[in-house]
Amino acid sequence: MNHNEQKICAVSEIDASCRVPLLALFGGAALWLVLGLALSIVASLTFHKPDMLANCAWLTYGRVQPAANDLILYGFCIPAALGVMLWIFVRLSQTPICLSLLPIVAANIWHIGVVVGTLVILSGGSTGFLWLEYGRGASVLLLAAFVLIAISAFATFGWRHHRELHVSHWFLLAALLWFPCIYATANFFLVISPVRGVAQAVIDWWFANNLIFVWLALVGIGTAFYFLPKFAGRMLHNHYLALFAFWTLIIFGTWCGIPQGAPVPAWLPAVSTVASALLIIQLIAVAKISFKTVRGANTQCKGGSFCFVKFGTAAFILSGIIFIAQACPQISRIVEFTWFGPAQTQLQLLGFFAIVMLGAIYELLPRIMGFELPFPKFVRVQHWCFIAGLVLLVGSLAVAGIEQGLKLSNPAVAFADVSNATLVAFRFSTTGLLLLLLGSLLFAANIFVMTAKWKFGLLKTCIAAVKAPLATAEVKS
Amino acid sequence: MKSSFPIFLAVFVALGASFGGFVIGAISQLGTAKQTEILNGSGVYPVQRTGDATLGLQVYRANGCAACHTTDVRQDGVTCDVVLTGMGKNLRAVEKVLGNFNTNELPKIILHNATKEAADAVSDQITTAGGQVETHIIATGADISRGWGIRRSVAMDFLWDYPVQLGSLRAGPDLANVGARLGNLNWQLQHLYAPQSVIKNSAMPPFHFLFEVRKLNGATLSPDALQLPLTQQPNEFLPPPGCVVIPTEDAKNLVAYLLSLRADVPLYEAPFTPQQTSTNSAAEKK
Repeated sequence: MNHNEQKICAVSEIDASCRVPLLALFGGAALWLVLGLALSIVASLTFHKPDMLANCAWLTYGRVQPAANDLILYGFCIPAALGVMLWIFVRLSQTPICLSLLPIVAANIWHIGVVVGTLVILSGGSTGFLWLEYGRGASVLLLAAFVLIAISAFATFGWRHHRELHVSHWFLLAALLWFPCIYATANFFLVISPVRGVAQAVIDWWFANNLIFVWLALVGIGTAFYFLPKFAGRMLHNHYLALFAFWTLIIFGTWCGIPQGAPVPAWLPAVSTVASALLIIQLIAVAKISFKTVRGANTQCKGGSFCFVKFGTAAFILSGIIFIAQACPQISRIVEFTWFGPAQTQLQLLGFFAIVMLGAIYELLPRIMGFELPFPKFVRVQHWCFIAGLVLLVGSLAVAGIEQGLKLSNPAVAFADVSNATLVAFRFSTTGLLLLLLGSLLFAANIFVMTAKWKFGLLKTCIAAVKAPLATAEVKS
Repeated sequence: MKSSFPIFLAVFVALGASFGGFVIGAISQLGTAKQTEILNGSGVYPVQRTGDATLGLQVYRANGCAACHTTDVRQDGVTCDVVLTGMGKNLRAVEKVLGNFNTNELPKIILHNATKEAADAVSDQITTAGGQVETHIIATGADISRGWGIRRSVAMDFLWDYPVQLGSLRAGPDLANVGARLGNLNWQLQHLYAPQSVIKNSAMPPFHFLFEVRKLNGATLSPDALQLPLTQQPNEFLPPPGCVVIPTEDAKNLVAYLLSLRADVPLYEAPFTPQQTSTNSAAEKK
């Protein structure tokens, strides 16, 4: 066996080592993405026909909308990210996954936590804090599961063969440390030992920003910086600029998130505004690295993983620009409290993060399973469903938000007219959500059929082993 | 680079700094706040909400009302009105400043929508001449012009609340001062049961699950029964004949909470001069 053959053998072994944990994470993630988008559609329908679910407390808008958002974030984004991170760690470490039982157990604990949290919100037990609606029980499960997976990831990192750190290591290791810190802090000060008054809101904004903007950016950009050079078949453009992007993201990004109109001391939103403005440096760095890495690459996109990651990175830049614009006092005065905010959040969650993760999963899934995707054409269809869906969803909400903001700032326009002006946009956003749901169903089909195929293969092997005639020596003994 | 130590250090420094600023800073500045004295008045603010209103906040939280409503009135600035309340003993001196006018018209606004500096200058002139003036501070901004509040929302408004739910979207109107501007109990209950019966084309979903439809069966009408307008055309909002709509405890508590939302006292950080005339009916129409 020559050196190359040895390496191929090792890589397949490395990939196979994380098959079960990753399937456990991705299987649940696919299901929660479908359910989350389905609940988003239910919530959206309220604006078309407000009395549709008047008798059902569990499906009232104020419960369904946060449940849907949390399912997309905690149900899909984070487990998908953990799976992708584990795979990148084993690949960069060139070693099989360490403590492989931990992520399997943790994946199941995580999914149980998501079920519990969703039921808590729908039954009216939400904590009332944005992006932290799951109750105490579910939060403990999620935190424990995350820590267990992080332990496995750190152990794998510690056993790496190549000691030199990759750029993605910076982003992903920071993300593994970031989430437990912010999640535990927010839960402690808001749920376990609540602070008084508006300090609750400030801590919630701090947490939400650190999760939705910083954490998602750490994982999403870290993943993109791993996959883009691989797809493009060249080195990542400017390693040092990538590290600069990392530092600027964590130094400036973590100070953002306090709204301009918040009833808090003026220094809090002022600091946020300055930090948001400085984030432009990080955006320029990420844009330059990504553009220079993929420009002129010979690799064809063809709606595959490369397209997903490229689109996701572009969406991150756009989402970042909107995020900075929202922090500008002049713009914030118009778009604050409007649909413009949810448009940016959806772009960050689905347009940037979910798409990068989907691209990564489509790339790694055939490798860990050892066989191709059952429906490879679905990948391309999903890509277009997601792009069209996101344009409709984010575009319509952003336009509705600007129109709503302009009308709200004119007291002569009655509030009913302000609301009615946004109704047309909901037709487009609901259509966008339907397309996203269709795309996520295609993703789920690939995952579940692949899992079923693998399990069926295992079953066949077991039956064959049972039916196999015993060797003469064994019979004699 | 081979060591992961700088990554740990980076996370510790970056996250630790924002933790110190936004978490510890907020707790030390806002988390230890106490009741404050009302500006130019007697009493302290805010008073603890009543028991049913406190329970109502939990109904507000459970049903995610903050997904559509904010409780955060924004303010662009203040303007000042200078009001002449008395001519004093030296009529000529005051008339020299203001010109001739009918003293029966007092109190009279002599300077409208002025800056604080301009108002102070006029006020000083008249006071020096022996006249009596008051400077009224009026908060301005689109939210205030809509009648959603009299002043901006401040941290003190939420001192006793848990959870504090400021909201981030205005699919529905702001509720920071809803108790002062829409103080009718039955109106609030009717709005929860059938929003479109009181506000045509309202996008708010009805909360039928907070009400019970009971058959009368010849019994006397419960004092709790919702008074729905019989003249409503069409009568889609009315219960079936012989039935009444009774609010559950949750509905009553939620309305008690909504009625307790009154950010209508002047504070040091949000000053204004209280107006004598009630604006309830005008706000209701809006």
